[in-house]
Amino acid sequence: MTVAGGPVVPAAATSDGAATGGAAGASAAVTAAAVASAAGSPAIAVRDLWKIFGPAENKIIGTPDAELSASDVRLKTGSTVAVRAATFDVQPGEVFVVMGLSGSGKSTLVRCLTRLIEPTQGQVLLDGEDILKADAKRLRELRRRRFAMVFQHFGLLPHRRVIDNVAFGLEIRGEGKAERHRRAIEMLDLVGLDSHAWDYPDQLSGGMQQRVGLARALAVDPEVMLFDEPFSALDPLIRRDMQNEVLRLHHEVGKTMVFITHDLAEALKLGDHVAIMRAGSIVQIGRPEEIVGSPADDYVRDFVQDVPRSHVLTLRWVMREPRDDDPVDGPELPPDTVIRAAVHVASATESPIRVVEDGRLVGVVDRVQILAAIAGTEPDA
Amino acid sequence: MTTVRARLSVPSSAATSRRALIVGGAVVAAVLFIVFRGQWTLPHDDDYGLFRTLNGIRDAVESNRSVLEPIRAGVAGLVGIFDQVLASLGWPGVIGAAAAIGLIFGGWRVALLAAVGFGILGSLGLWESSMAVLSMMLAAVLIALGIGLPLGIAAGRSQRLASALSPVLDFMQIMPTLAYLTPITLLFLIGVAPSVIATLIFAVPAAIRITALGIRGVPATIIEAARSLGATERQVLVKVLLPLSRRPVGLAINQTIMLALSMVVITSLIGAPGLGRNLQNALSKVDVGASFDAGLAIVILAIILDRLTYAAGEWADPRERAARSGPRWVTIGVALALVGIGLAIPLVADATTFPDTFAASFREPVNVAVEWFTDTFHAVTIGLKDVVTNLVLNPLESVLVTAPWWLVVAALTTVAWYVSGGRAAIIVSFCFAFIIGLGLWEHSMVTLANVVIGTLITLGIGLIVGILSARHDRFRAFLRPILDAAQTLPAFVYLIPALALFNPTRFTAIVAAVIYALPPVIRLVDVGIRGVSGTVIEAATASGATGRQVLWKVQLPMSRHALLLAANQGIVMVLSMVVIGALVGAGALGYDVITGFAQGKDFGKGLAAGIAIVLLGILLDRITQAAGARRQAGMETAG
Repeated sequence: MTVAGGPVVPAAATSDGAATGGAAGASAAVTAAAVASAAGSPAIAVRDLWKIFGPAENKIIGTPDAELSASDVRLKTGSTVAVRAATFDVQPGEVFVVMGLSGSGKSTLVRCLTRLIEPTQGQVLLDGEDILKADAKRLRELRRRRFAMVFQHFGLLPHRRVIDNVAFGLEIRGEGKAERHRRAIEMLDLVGLDSHAWDYPDQLSGGMQQRVGLARALAVDPEVMLFDEPFSALDPLIRRDMQNEVLRLHHEVGKTMVFITHDLAEALKLGDHVAIMRAGSIVQIGRPEEIVGSPADDYVRDFVQDVPRSHVLTLRWVMREPRDDDPVDGPELPPDTVIRAAVHVASATESPIRVVEDGRLVGVVDRVQILAAIAGTEPDA
Repeated sequence: MTTVRARLSVPSSAATSRRALIVGGAVVAAVLFIVFRGQWTLPHDDDYGLFRTLNGIRDAVESNRSVLEPIRAGVAGLVGIFDQVLASLGWPGVIGAAAAIGLIFGGWRVALLAAVGFGILGSLGLWESSMAVLSMMLAAVLIALGIGLPLGIAAGRSQRLASALSPVLDFMQIMPTLAYLTPITLLFLIGVAPSVIATLIFAVPAAIRITALGIRGVPATIIEAARSLGATERQVLVKVLLPLSRRPVGLAINQTIMLALSMVVITSLIGAPGLGRNLQNALSKVDVGASFDAGLAIVILAIILDRLTYAAGEWADPRERAARSGPRWVTIGVALALVGIGLAIPLVADATTFPDTFAASFREPVNVAVEWFTDTFHAVTIGLKDVVTNLVLNPLESVLVTAPWWLVVAALTTVAWYVSGGRAAIIVSFCFAFIIGLGLWEHSMVTLANVVIGTLITLGIGLIVGILSARHDRFRAFLRPILDAAQTLPAFVYLIPALALFNPTRFTAIVAAVIYALPPVIRLVDVGIRGVSGTVIEAATASGATGRQVLWKVQLPMSRHALLLAANQGIVMVLSMVVIGALVGAGALGYDVITGFAQGKDFGKGLAAGIAIVLLGILLDRITQAAGARRQAGMETAG
């Protein structure tokens, strides 16, 4: 998954460099599962996870009712299927984005991962350990050391200073004051708030408060960070800053991240993989350009139709088979170059761009395809 | 709610036919009243069999005290400890300690208020009485908080417990104060212990409710964040829930103290010593001046306790504390010095009783002023009293008493059904059945007449003032401190001005009830009308509506629920006060209860009357229940 997709993820994050190389040659429409199997064991593996709210919580799965649509289930049983048979893998070190509209079940899904909401059925494997089977003590231990979560409305303690908010997770697990303050200062430094350590949360702006939330999550040095729509409550400009902040932190600390959002642009910007949720079901999982380039159904197509394709799609998506009469003096580019980045190359030469992968010519892109992609039409139209 | 929905869904022709049905019903009721007047009445009989049966129950409880005696002794012991502490501090020690507490929590202003306040209590010659009230109140508050805070925290965390507690607390809160007392004397005799128990029963619902509301008000995200970091339930409670609900818990303590003070003085009716007894004696002798002194002492005590607990609540917030100026050790040093001076005074001078040199009493001047006022405005006050009594109260009373009982039951059940739906109607008819069974029909009807008149006057004034307050910010700003003060006053003192103006009569009790119930009614009306969404008002104004049209067509209809809630609150409070009004001349149920305390042979009647008051309370609450449903919905969304 790291190969064609996430430029942010260091190659070392995957267990097997050779396997990665092999995956690169695969079809562009490769599925996440296929990538996962190629990339070694996932950080989190979710298998057939269900969450049903309501009186019929345990009476639906396995019956024909489970096949009904969410609204029919609600009518028939008075219960809500919030998450339906979710199955996906999150690779170590990647940003896995779950995107959906409000009510699609994405926030429930992320809470099921650490059992803040108790799933109805399924498996959540953290490095192979089934979290759903953990007892209360073990679960607490997992939450204290291996997960950390950032919330939409921050969840800061208004009666504590910023430094004690950041240190809260360390305090919970019983670390001494000096040590946790030292660590908190370090984290505040990381998010650029070291000068506000002794303020109270309500003295900070929304964006700064969320940085505190971020620092609090980072302070416990978790393996996996969960983000529940962390920037939805922020102004657009602040949101962009914070997205960049997450990308930067991800680059610096290399944590595995599961990121929930309702904002498609945010999903495409941050995600190494994006899962699209609708009415409790995951309708598609793929790299951002896969979501945009080959939407799984009309719902996803509808979603992505306004995305500027040239910003997301790579040359792989628009190149054509090389022909014998193609000029051979065109510039060479790798297939995972984003189209927009190829524009200045294309405009500098009359000849079509040669798409070269591992020294092998895999396709050709000329101005027609690039212009078509910028115009938002299908490249072969 | 039911009515509203029915009105919305039923086509307009059905609505008019329903209205016709009501009018028809009223006409039929009037005709039946004229035809059957004086028949099927249930005249009062002091020697009703049930009363004697209840006396028998009392005797049975009397001979089996072994279970209850330890509770009684334990509570009395606790009061005894507080008595001891206050007595050994002496008046200088108490004043010094109060000032020290005020200084630490609230600064020198609060300290001064506390010291001067206690000083006035002493100079009014009411030191011992005040201390008696204080120690009973402290004992009651201690127990009430011991029960109320844990239960409130638990109810705040468990929806199931909250739902289970809610009807019990509702019942405790609508129960008129006077009605608590008889059953408690049945179980715990009279004196200090039953008074404290009655007081804590009265005060505990508020402690539970406000605490639960505070715990529930902690944002879910913060709790979730703590859980996501692996906090145990205990850590969530100690590090998140309790610190974040510090303010509401402070308010709960404050309210518990204020309610306890209000009740402790009423328990003088069952033999509690203290300011309540001074007040009660003065009232029974129609000595307005003496009752003014006692009432003033109660009010001063209320103000001191309110300010001290409020300051303590603020102080509990570390940010508030940090913002205070001045080094802490100075404050603590001065506070210690104050206590020290207080404790040192007995060494140099006799401090067993408050010195006469500071004695001051308002008794004479108040009596003179009242006499002058009643003489001068004799025509106005007596005229008002006679007009209301003769033109409204007597006719209504005679209608209720002389009408066939089944007609009254049918009429009020129908009203309950119309306003609040079928269930309310069933409960109302059951209440009536029990009242008849208690043998207190006539007295209940007399009390009901008082309550109806009191409520109508309260709502009339409350609506006008509330609307004015909602529409004029300046008027509201003027009104606010008055309402604040009025709501901190213990119920008992409302009898004093009513007595001063009108001498002991039924009308006096009604006036006291109106004064007592007005502040919350005004507030609810004001809040209801102001709560109407600004957008809707803007829309109406934009379509050219006049201010009057906005009021009648938008604000009043849209605040209908708040108005109903005001009516509901008003009616319950008026009932509660009208029965206490027996002390200033009202008869019927309240009088039955009070004579029941005084005379052993009337105990049964008093107990029955207490139950009848409760039934009347439930009945009146249910008739206006449509607002009650709303009240609960409001509580839930607030949490």
